[in-house]
Amino acid sequence: MSSYRIQGATGEWEVVIGLEVHAQVISNAKLFSGASTAFGAEPNAQVSLVDAAMPGMLPVLNGECVRQAVRTGLAIGAEINRWSRFDRKNYFYADLPQGYQISQLYHPIVGEGGIEIEIEDEGGHAITRRIGVERIHLEQDAGKLMHDQHPTRSYVDLNRSGIALMEIVSRPDMRSPAEAGAYLRKLRSIVRYVGSCDGNMEEGSMRADVNVSVRKPGDELGTRCEIKNVNSVRFVMAAIEYEASRQVDVIEGGGRIVQETRLFDPDKVETRSLRSKEDAQDYRYFPDPDLLPLELSEDFVSECLESLPELPDAKRSRYVDALGLSPYNAQVLTAEKETAQWFEGLLAECARVQGKAEADVAKAASNWLTSDLFGALNRSGKTVTESPISQKQGAELIGLVADGTLSGRLAKEVFEVMLETGDDPIRIVDERGLRQTSDTGEIEKIIAEVLAGNMDKVEQYRSGKDKLFGFFVGQTMRATGGKANPAVVNELLKKALG
Amino acid sequence: MTSLTEMTIAGLRDGFRKGDFSAREVAEAYITRMEGARALNAFVVETPDHAIAAADAADRARSDGQLQPLSGVPLGIKDLFATRGVQTTAASKILEGFTPVYESTVTAKLFAAGAGMLGKLNLDQFAMGSSNETSAFGNVVSPWRRANDDAPLAPGGSSGGSSSAVAAGLVAGATGTDTGGSIRQPAAFTGIAGIKPTYGRASRWGIIAFASSLDQAGPMARDVRDCAILLKEMCGFDPKDSTSLDIPVPDFEAALSGDLRGKRVGIPREYRVDGMPAEIEKLWEQGAAWLKAAGAEIVDVSLPHTHHALPTYYIVAPAEASSNLARYDGVRYGLRVLPDNGGLDDMYAQTRAAGFGYEVKRRIMIGTYVLSAGYYDAYYLKAQKVRALIARDFEQAWEKCDVLLAPTAPSAAFALGEKTADPISMYLNDVFTVPASLAGLPAMSVPAGLDSAGLPLGLQIIGKPLDEEGVLNASYALERAAGFTARPEKWW
Repeated sequence: MSSYRIQGATGEWEVVIGLEVHAQVISNAKLFSGASTAFGAEPNAQVSLVDAAMPGMLPVLNGECVRQAVRTGLAIGAEINRWSRFDRKNYFYADLPQGYQISQLYHPIVGEGGIEIEIEDEGGHAITRRIGVERIHLEQDAGKLMHDQHPTRSYVDLNRSGIALMEIVSRPDMRSPAEAGAYLRKLRSIVRYVGSCDGNMEEGSMRADVNVSVRKPGDELGTRCEIKNVNSVRFVMAAIEYEASRQVDVIEGGGRIVQETRLFDPDKVETRSLRSKEDAQDYRYFPDPDLLPLELSEDFVSECLESLPELPDAKRSRYVDALGLSPYNAQVLTAEKETAQWFEGLLAECARVQGKAEADVAKAASNWLTSDLFGALNRSGKTVTESPISQKQGAELIGLVADGTLSGRLAKEVFEVMLETGDDPIRIVDERGLRQTSDTGEIEKIIAEVLAGNMDKVEQYRSGKDKLFGFFVGQTMRATGGKANPAVVNELLKKALG
Repeated sequence: MTSLTEMTIAGLRDGFRKGDFSAREVAEAYITRMEGARALNAFVVETPDHAIAAADAADRARSDGQLQPLSGVPLGIKDLFATRGVQTTAASKILEGFTPVYESTVTAKLFAAGAGMLGKLNLDQFAMGSSNETSAFGNVVSPWRRANDDAPLAPGGSSGGSSSAVAAGLVAGATGTDTGGSIRQPAAFTGIAGIKPTYGRASRWGIIAFASSLDQAGPMARDVRDCAILLKEMCGFDPKDSTSLDIPVPDFEAALSGDLRGKRVGIPREYRVDGMPAEIEKLWEQGAAWLKAAGAEIVDVSLPHTHHALPTYYIVAPAEASSNLARYDGVRYGLRVLPDNGGLDDMYAQTRAAGFGYEVKRRIMIGTYVLSAGYYDAYYLKAQKVRALIARDFEQAWEKCDVLLAPTAPSAAFALGEKTADPISMYLNDVFTVPASLAGLPAMSVPAGLDSAGLPLGLQIIGKPLDEEGVLNASYALERAAGFTARPEKWW
């Protein structure tokens, strides 16, 4: 267990966190209409008669959205409800044309499941925790109000109106901002693997409502506040940190926590009250009479299951068990679908270039990728899919090290040129004569010159100053332009100094 | 030859086919008749151009040998059906001037079958009412009058423009919608035939919603055969309506034999309500005798939850309506009342206050109440359970009989203004029609006689799910035996 605690005046407090994540479903059309869901269109360019709630229009469920919700549910090991139903959530707002949102209150499509997160314990050791997911249901997104188009009026853009969302509701199983962050990152990773949501929090295709309460360790759950629409992992963690401390201050100051909805202000890094439970709307939920209950066949569920890719947890285990990678590297490589895909492409190339099994080349490939390439990408602010070096080029570079053509040092030099020019490694090696040399005659000649020029140091070495050996290696390497095979240099130097 | 506007749809169809007259002649005769009957206030909008264009197309189709089933038949369309390019209002101020860019599935099918549209027919506002008095555009007047009494009578509701127009011969037939009796009760009040098919038979797409789980379109016409002809063209699976049934549509007209041998007709004993006029009671017995004479066996059946039907209906329908009508908010179309310096909530409140009529507001408030936290279980959920029991009553009855016979309404047409002060007495008009609506069953009203004041009375046939053929045929047998030929005398 992690033991994140808030130190209050009256002792330690534990924070209890649950997340409701709204994830926009990847599908060409909206949840109940044929209108397009593409991001960035002109306002109101993607609005059907149904989305605008014209009189007499009726919703027709989009099967692809159902499929995506079921696939997501299966990916978190959740129960798939073979019978579910849509309800109307009634409220008035200008971005809600029907005057109700079609959602699933009473019978969601996906039931109980869970997600495993990796966190560090006090000793810095990685441990795994399971966070329960209570349900996933499908619902319509609302439109968007634009307040900056007219001095006194607001405009409405209905492009987003009716787009399918999955609301993924966790159990109140998280106990620290770090756990909430890890949960959100893992959830995002999973939906991206599944392809059911792009997880893009900046564009709003994934956003979280954060439920926070505090209690003395071991006590009953405290009264919770809900922080609405937080749109980055960092903000979720900051909002929890602020909100938990605020609640402790209120309680220790003799006050009581009122159940309410709050907003997170990322500029001031604080939460503010939006409305209390007393002002809460009565949504008058009832089953939508325009839609039949949704019944899923076993065949449909099996097809959804078969369509799932290898998920991050399974992939990570395989990287450790079958490829012999370190747990750390396996974690880094599987966290994002794109990274894992890039790595697997690189691995296949390495195996081809060297004519070996993937397991035999995996370590070198993963080390080069996680240290060299990721380092370079980080410096230039690029993602792996934007890498200036292709998987084939990377594999050739790794191959040149494996067959002794390049030393580690030369490989780094070649790598830097590749980043700059995009050239193939072998071309760089040939053009710049960076090939490592193991020619003993040539190296012996150079060593003789180095020793002759440093007779005083040779004397000191021979009289017991062993540490000077490194000096001779360095001088020799420099004299060969770094191209000498370091192992050969070592061997010949020992002989010459011997 | 009878005048064109006195002919049935079957007669028009067949005469037009034979070349007795042109579709243009039919359309023009109806347009003249319609324009001379504005005192009935049956139309919200007249669309003679549409009728003429369809008639000309029908005439061309006839010379090309491309006749459609309804070629040359001019219809009236209840103003609850969205019609492309023609104002569609649900008889409410909140939609005044609203012109859809789309055509409802049912009207699209009728027009594709060759029918023309004479106009959009008046109705109770958002189909909420039993007398047409809730229309924002003035109430429709029935063409019927009591003997020696000039008091204007209610044409029934909500499809009162449809019933009045058909009864007065202003249209050859009309579309109606029935949520709790809105086709059958006005048909009974005006001496015409009307059928509500099984829920899901006709698409609801493009029909302004009142109560989604109950709304169903159907035809209103002068006789059973005309209803069968129209019904065939109105029904059919529509992928745009999730509650639409994907099953073939039979040739309903072919089911009309009048032969009921081997059929059992159930008489539901709970439909004998207190205070029912003796004339209606007598007509009901007469109806049973007619059906027996047509070969049917008459059996006594019980529908024990019948007396819960009205309260159930007046929870379920307003609940759905309160949500369905939320979209009329002044934001995107229809009426917008934006007070100076007012915010969004002010716009909502004032738009809806000005746009909705009193009965619509009453039902929105009832519906909002029964769905509210703390009341949902006691009202809405309980009503859903009772609704299931009412449906089960019918299922059990079908073990004993093939169709049910009952009166359509507990009285003949009442005078306009007679019941407006007391909504409960108005709601009681639906007592015999609401149970079949709650169970989603096909049901039809046929004119069967006149009361002592000379006003039409209707009898109702209720059938098994999807057995419109059985309903139509039993109704046909009633119609033949009743020999109802009375027509209102023109006073307008």
